Amino acid sequence: MSRTPVTKHDEGDGMTSLEMAPTDAGADGAAPLLEVRDLHVEFAVRDSVTKAVNGVNYSVSAGETLAVLGESGSGKSVTAQAIMGILDSPPGRIAKGEIFFQGQDILRLSEGERRKLRGAKMAMIFQDALSSLNPVLSVGFQLGEMFRVHQGMSRKDSKAKAIELMDRVRIPAAAQRVGDYPHQFSGGMRQRIMIAMALALEPDLIIADEPTTALDVTVQAQVMDLLAELQREYNMGLILITHDLGVVADVADKIAVMYAGRIVETAPVHELYKRPAHPYTKGLLESIPRLDHKGQELYAIKGLPPNLQAIPPGCAFNPRCAMAQDVCRTDVPPLVPVTELDGTELPGRHSACHFWKETIHG
Amino acid sequence: MARYLVRRLLQMIPVFVGATLLIFLMVNVMGDPVAGLCGERACDSATAAQLKREFGLDKPVWQQYATYMGNVFTGDFGTAFNGRPVTELMATAFPVTIRLTLVAIVFEIVIGITLGVVTGLRRGRPVDTAVLLATLVVISVPTFVTGLLLQLLLGVKWGWVRPSVSPLAPLDELILPGLVLASVSLAYVTRLTRTSIAENRRADYVRTAVAKGLPRRRVVVRHLLRNSLIPVVTFIGTDIGALMGGAIVTERIFNIHGVGYQLYQGILRQNTQTVVGFVTVLVLVFLVANLLVDLLYAVLDPRIRYA
Repeated sequence: MSRTPVTKHDEGDGMTSLEMAPTDAGADGAAPLLEVRDLHVEFAVRDSVTKAVNGVNYSVSAGETLAVLGESGSGKSVTAQAIMGILDSPPGRIAKGEIFFQGQDILRLSEGERRKLRGAKMAMIFQDALSSLNPVLSVGFQLGEMFRVHQGMSRKDSKAKAIELMDRVRIPAAAQRVGDYPHQFSGGMRQRIMIAMALALEPDLIIADEPTTALDVTVQAQVMDLLAELQREYNMGLILITHDLGVVADVADKIAVMYAGRIVETAPVHELYKRPAHPYTKGLLESIPRLDHKGQELYAIKGLPPNLQAIPPGCAFNPRCAMAQDVCRTDVPPLVPVTELDGTELPGRHSACHFWKETIHG
Repeated sequence: MARYLVRRLLQMIPVFVGATLLIFLMVNVMGDPVAGLCGERACDSATAAQLKREFGLDKPVWQQYATYMGNVFTGDFGTAFNGRPVTELMATAFPVTIRLTLVAIVFEIVIGITLGVVTGLRRGRPVDTAVLLATLVVISVPTFVTGLLLQLLLGVKWGWVRPSVSPLAPLDELILPGLVLASVSLAYVTRLTRTSIAENRRADYVRTAVAKGLPRRRVVVRHLLRNSLIPVVTFIGTDIGALMGGAIVTERIFNIHGVGYQLYQGILRQNTQTVVGFVTVLVLVFLVANLLVDLLYAVLDPRIRYA
């Protein structure tokens, strides 16, 4: 690792070179809403250790959307679970790192203090709403529970709040449906209920873990639009975890691409699509089916994602990379700022590739 | 829902008739029904024949069954070995057994479910292993052994409880017999709850409940336990009938004059009317308990709708 881990945290001085470049909100020197620093998460399995997250750094400001992109097993969901404090532990364990939320290292808080943050200050939307909602409790109960537990609201008031929330996410006939159970709703409506639940206490940060993966394409767009609209309205920070490049383009401000538990590239959303600075990102973009390439074979990145119990030395992507040289098999590439050929810095752009110059500039 | 209920009630008729007919036939095959009426000696043939005629025992079996059932539905269960109506015996025996069963069910629910939750959440830890071993022991040792052993230790040696229950069978004297009666089912309830909890604890909705910032207790009780109890409730419900019938051994050990005791006496004295009468009521209890469980199932799991 070429980066020096930050050991002291001075909230005032804000950004050091190691953090992801602050885009908009951080520019005035204010600390971002959430900042993950050098996060490592491991899972103990029988006699070995699965290294799911290996030094992730990212930050989100209020009103900003960060898309975390990556294949299954790239560590994007595990990072989110570590932020929420809902890692399965044991076997999961945060081996190293800090998570600053509203200026405070939440990994140092007691479990009781963490619990009070969950739902109230940070909330999560899960992928499969059918299994993520309790099948035997009515949606009204599950929505109202947020108010009853966090704010001590009465049953009657919390029901009224639940109806209000269901209206808010545009569920038709909310007042009649508040007593219905999750299985009585369609997939899109269920996901709206998940969104309503996350939104209930107007948290500052929402983590959406593949919120549209389980939905039809037409419904996907509706749900995504709703989420983006509510995020703007409440000025929340949003972490959008996805493997769907299409979903990202419209709603995200910046993208972090993850591979084998590390961030390999970060960029403002449209920059990434135009000029990827990492061979893995390039491969991802090339594997999107395109209408104008009809009839041709689809591109696929060769090989498989690495076994997290035995991540290859050097760059984790090297066995699948066409550009790999000897240095890629020995040295872990640091996440460095990406510049134009003449040295002008590209704001918000970083790449963890020894050959980022060759990748971005041809 | 109403249609389902009607259908279920109609289905109970053949089961009821089948079960009672079977027990009626078995009891008739068992021996001479009038043999027990002349005390310790055998009846002389003239008296026996007269008694048989009097009770209608000279008629074909199917006719006897029809007459008996007809009487049952007018509330006449016949005469017991002591010359009193069977219904009178029932009136004293059933309250005792129901009380005993209730004590047993409470033990199953309180101890069984608590142990199940504790072990289910700590699978593979020492508590879990210890409880699992204990349930294995309880399941493999017959009730009459555990019952007699506890009676000897707690009742006779240490004198903590009365070794035998007084005729009125007050609740406090039924605690030990209730525990003995519940023991095997309690072990099953523990295991069932444990498996169910362990299976559901990694469920997505539990993760959601944690992510909502709910206190751990609420996550476990309201979200995890509520879902995990569905199979357990089914088991406990069907167990009600089994406990009432299975109380024979426990009632014998602790000298409780309940259903089991009367049934035992009835069989011993070859009193057809007592045996068939009590079994008929037990069959009814079993059927009603099962129906209630099925209805409760729909309440516990809203995904199940009866039509």
